Amino acid sequence: MKGAHDLGGRTGLGPIAPEHNEPVFHHEWEKRAFAITVACGFLGQWNLDMARHARECMPNAEYLASSYYEKWIYGLSALLVKKGLLTEEEISERIEEISTSVHK
Amino acid sequence: MSSKHKHAHPPSEIEIKVKALESLLVDKGLVDSQALDELIDIYEHRVGPQNGAKVVARAWSDSNYRTRLLDNATDAISELGFQGRQGEDMVAVENTPTVHNMVVCTLCSCYPWPVLGLPPVWYKSAPYRARAVSEPRSVLAEFGVQLDDDVEIRVWDSTAEVRYLVIPMRPAGAEQLNEDELAQLVTRDSMIGTGLALTLGKSA
Repeated sequence: MKGAHDLGGRTGLGPIAPEHNEPVFHHEWEKRAFAITVACGFLGQWNLDMARHARECMPNAEYLASSYYEKWIYGLSALLVKKGLLTEEEISERIEEISTSVHK
Repeated sequence: MSSKHKHAHPPSEIEIKVKALESLLVDKGLVDSQALDELIDIYEHRVGPQNGAKVVARAWSDSNYRTRLLDNATDAISELGFQGRQGEDMVAVENTPTVHNMVVCTLCSCYPWPVLGLPPVWYKSAPYRARAVSEPRSVLAEFGVQLDDDVEIRVWDSTAEVRYLVIPMRPAGAEQLNEDELAQLVTRDSMIGTGLALTLGKSA
């Protein structure tokens, strides 16, 4: 089965809806997501094709429901773990710490 | 949302995940916060369609440059100082009265960053990626572009290796304008092929 990313020629996806005077980033987190992804690319641990592949490994339903930078973060996180730069546990713990502190 | 209003609603899952990754990467010395701010500033303020507009305006006013651009776009674009990530191998395609070019990336969102900056959401969206190759005329109609039926539409599917820049047709009556004035007529969408250059008196 072809991956959800292989979109050429698919039907039923609706109108394109371009946004007038669109900003470069729509949210603060998108800026950070963009910057950490590009900066980690400079670490030389993977190339562009590997980065794309990591994003394309997102489950199909999730891929279609996710925004561009959500896909980037999915791929980045997978590559960081795969290359041993971060562990799943460290990421979950840090997410937990941040969630707890913002919900106080 | 500005940081002043951070308590207005709880941060989303993705906001927290990005924060977690950034803070871990900084703690480990894998990324530098200042370098991140610099990257954001470059792509938010310094690199954008204004770069591509200069390339097109030069091609419109200098036929030798136009020839070089069509022959080797990467080199011709770097003559103006634009090069780097996601623009390593550029191809320029020129619109004529009989051919209209349009660019998509069906597999992801490949886009020529050095000349156009970061891609707009619609370029990255599933509907554009799906439909640009199968029904370009109806896609163009959604962007308000109506072409005569005898105009051939060529759709270029970008890859991680090759990125395209459309050279739109110079609007009629623009012969007397200088390059800076011409550049004002060149919109982002006209360089993707989902728009046309502005007509005189309607500069951006």
